[in-house]
Amino acid sequence: MALKNKVWNDERIELIVGIFLRVGVIIASVFVLSGGIFYLAKYATDFPEYKIFSGEPADLRSVHGIVADAFSLRSRGIIQFGLFLLMCTPVAWVAFLLFAFAKERDRAYVIVASIVLAELLFSIVGKYLYG
Amino acid sequence: MNVLEFTSLVCIGSFLAGLLGALTGLGGGVVIVPLLTLAFGIDIRYAIGSSLVSVIATSAGAASAYVKEGYTNIRIGMFLEVATTLGALLGAFLATRIHTSLLAVIFGVVLIHSAYLSSRPRHEKNGIDRPDRLATRLRLDGSFPTSDGQQTYHVHAVPTGFGLMFVAGNLSGLLGIGSGAVKVLAMDHFMRIPFKVSTTTSNFMIGVTAAASVGIYLNRGYIDPGLSMPVMLGVLAGALLGARILVKTRTRLLRIIFSIVILLLAVEMIYNGLTGRI
Repeated sequence: MALKNKVWNDERIELIVGIFLRVGVIIASVFVLSGGIFYLAKYATDFPEYKIFSGEPADLRSVHGIVADAFSLRSRGIIQFGLFLLMCTPVAWVAFLLFAFAKERDRAYVIVASIVLAELLFSIVGKYLYG
Repeated sequence: MNVLEFTSLVCIGSFLAGLLGALTGLGGGVVIVPLLTLAFGIDIRYAIGSSLVSVIATSAGAASAYVKEGYTNIRIGMFLEVATTLGALLGAFLATRIHTSLLAVIFGVVLIHSAYLSSRPRHEKNGIDRPDRLATRLRLDGSFPTSDGQQTYHVHAVPTGFGLMFVAGNLSGLLGIGSGAVKVLAMDHFMRIPFKVSTTTSNFMIGVTAAASVGIYLNRGYIDPGLSMPVMLGVLAGALLGARILVKTRTRLLRIIFSIVILLLAVEMIYNGLTGRI
């Protein structure tokens, strides 16, 4: 059966969401693990400092900084990029549900999903709005 | 302790937390923060940040298996997520403003309450399952598979459930936990949703709730890659293994042991908070 002929019902949505989540977690884990191996190879004999809170450097706090660090193959940047992808998995699944509710012509739930998506996006990029 | 030893120990600890959390149904997140702060002396803000990351990983990992079984109700989940994400945003915002000692004390109290909630015997739902007007309008009612075919159910007390979800989200954002215990309480007890539907839908919601606050933590520099890496991978591996062996083991004794561990950790968190050591 062609994809467009399939009915958009809740069972089908649930099936796709399941695949979505699994793929998201696997990809994120691959980045975290490979970044982790680089990190350990480089810093294994250093001493970790987590007793006193100083916060992460600016490049590991923002989306563009993380992407830039990951692309320049810095180990901590690659891990952070994996964690960022993990964070995006729930956002992507809410976005997908929004799309699926629209396909089902369920207007009330399109609104509900939009509110949730807006709240999630605010969390990630809100910094750019409130400075 | 150098980075290699530290990473290995944190990974093993997180693995055990994830395993026990999955076997007992209490979730690994509740013990990660006490483990990191009490055993490793890590600042509670770093601990909360990496715990939240692991909460997303386990929620997504487990939900991918559950949604296939047909128990998860995505409409209930999505509707209530409006409240949990709002609560989580506020919680994360508050966490950056209140003193870490106070955070530790709140954490301890919530731990005790979660242990109490999950040790409570499950009440049987009886009485008439009449459809609720608001729930019907929101199309929250659903059905789940049983041995005698699909069983339908009605959802009740939507405003109460919604309010409790705001609290659950708030605690999640404030303390870096999944707060599955409060979510299940709201759905199972107040909204009278079947237990299996409540637990799987709660699990599904936990990831979205945590994602709402983790963005704020990231922007504030609470997410450390060197610490979050072993925590996330350890908890995820433990939780996935736990979900596989769940059916084969007797979990009653484990639950009791884990509840005692949680109580002890709670007391220590409160003590350390009150004496200003955290």
